[in-house]
Amino acid sequence: MPRLEEYREIAGPSILEELHLLARHLKGKSILQINSTAIGGGVAEILNRMVPLLNELEIDTRWEVIKGGESFYAVTKKFHNALHGDSQTIRPEDYQVYEDTLDQNLSQMSLEADVVFIHDPQPAALVKKRKTLKNRWIWRCHIDLSEPAPPVWDFLRPYIEQYDSCVFSAPSFAQSLPIPQILIPPSIDPLSDKNRELSPEEIRAILERLHIPTDKPLITQVSRFDRLKDPLGVIEAFLQVKPYLEARLLLAGGSANDDPEGAQVLKEVREKAEQDPDILVLSLPPTSHLEINAIQRASALILQKSIREGFGLTVSEALWKEKPVIAGAVGGIPLQIVHQHSGILVHSVEGAAYWMKKLLHEPQLAKKLGENGKEHVRQNFLLTRHLRDYLLLFLSLEHAGSDMIHLQ
Amino acid sequence: MTPEVKEPFHFFTRQCLTVMTGVKAKDLKEFLECLKKVPESVLYQHTHRFLWEHQHLVPEPPNDFAYWVTHMLQDEKLGERLRAIDTVRFSSLNDLRQTIVEAIENHLKKPNNHRQVPEGKEFYFMRSIRFSIPTPYQAGNLVEFADCLRKVSTSSLYLHIFEAKLRPPLGINDFSYWFENNLGEKDLAKKVANLDPYLHTLETLREKILSLIEMRFKSLAAS
Repeated sequence: MPRLEEYREIAGPSILEELHLLARHLKGKSILQINSTAIGGGVAEILNRMVPLLNELEIDTRWEVIKGGESFYAVTKKFHNALHGDSQTIRPEDYQVYEDTLDQNLSQMSLEADVVFIHDPQPAALVKKRKTLKNRWIWRCHIDLSEPAPPVWDFLRPYIEQYDSCVFSAPSFAQSLPIPQILIPPSIDPLSDKNRELSPEEIRAILERLHIPTDKPLITQVSRFDRLKDPLGVIEAFLQVKPYLEARLLLAGGSANDDPEGAQVLKEVREKAEQDPDILVLSLPPTSHLEINAIQRASALILQKSIREGFGLTVSEALWKEKPVIAGAVGGIPLQIVHQHSGILVHSVEGAAYWMKKLLHEPQLAKKLGENGKEHVRQNFLLTRHLRDYLLLFLSLEHAGSDMIHLQ
Repeated sequence: MTPEVKEPFHFFTRQCLTVMTGVKAKDLKEFLECLKKVPESVLYQHTHRFLWEHQHLVPEPPNDFAYWVTHMLQDEKLGERLRAIDTVRFSSLNDLRQTIVEAIENHLKKPNNHRQVPEGKEFYFMRSIRFSIPTPYQAGNLVEFADCLRKVSTSSLYLHIFEAKLRPPLGINDFSYWFENNLGEKDLAKKVANLDPYLHTLETLREKILSLIEMRFKSLAAS
């Protein structure tokens, strides 16, 4: 795992210095991070990097994972879908499984720490124990909570209200709650395989292996084959401007083996792609981080034409590679793209088509957007900024209710 | 080269945490009502904080309100008016609020200025929790000042140059105040005060101030 010092050159020396300045005010504090899985998934990925960095800053941080059986995870999967707005049938015994599992965890887990930092709904009800403890509690919600289904949110809300603060990734996820709701967007790790610098030779070798020709400019969307990512709309936009462009469209996404709807979308995408030999469709395994990195770096233009989005971190990944990005103005994407400054926000197939043509015909504008985009990510969406926000969050707990905090 | 001063310049830095208020607006009327009521920390978030978060963009977008009105509400005329409001020239957030409120009220007096954004494009009001953090950098003379200025973060620059105008002595940046009142460097103070933030990123502003100091060193050496 990279050490903090390795981020100095990439993120800039100032942020490292400020991290040390802030950490000085937290020395001696202990943080307990709790989530529901040690491997796989975005939260575990973040904690894997964040926990060692917090310890390196001499903030005593440990990470616990709750334990649960199949029935517990079946229930929390339903909770997850319901909080995303899908209607789910949740029976009284489902709530009981959730409560019982967390009670078992509470009987086996030490919650001794100055700050208990709970991630996502699975361990949220652990907060019921806080009355017996004199510490601070934070709930970090990583999912899109813009339209939660009422039964599950009504069940969880009384627990969330017992926290000192909660954290969301995008402004539209905010709820009506009596506790402070902090905005902390997620981040990318510039040293990970998905984002690290690649040599032209590495990029060429990967593209050759994937049989992606590079004789024409590549317009790419990297996304799951999911209707909410609008891959058919992307093809439609490309077909509208194809007569005026010498370019290829590449739709690259995760394998859809375990997702029946994804398989259907992939089938429809492949059928539509047959209309033009310059449309390539590539299904990649979920571990294809280097491949995605190389594809993004080889592209002239990147699309993320989502109709609905959690945060849409693939936008920051593309911007970090100095690429001009055209993306749907949904979820966390407007935080990452300032329209016509660090990328292009669109609302329709026609909008995507117009900007595709314009950016390929105006390379100076495309270059400027890419350069601005990279700086925007450097300032606002790297792991170091994420870490800084967490330090500020911990400090804010000691000055609750104040909008101006003077550290000595 | 320059005399020691009684009061050294101590560099601080500014960091902010963003808090969502849960208040949102879908049209100008709602936006105006909210804008009148929200605390000053909300004004700060969407003007000063926004400027700091986007200062590295060329050209930089001026404030969050103008950006939403232009790109989400698609009211180019009002957007242009709000863009022209010079956020960092105000020495009070309430005066800044009043100027924005007046611009919107005037706009709403005219017919056909009552458009609405589609769902999901609302303006979300947020507030800043501001942290002032002392840095180890301290200057007793202009040479030491230049040395510190090369090392401090852009957040520190923002705090001392722009946000300084919001606290006493009102309307002047910390550097110019110190140059004039501790070093007697009136001319240098004036030149730094006159730098236009919209023409520079904070990094180029740093270079600009350093070059003004270098020029001062040269003129002192020549005299």
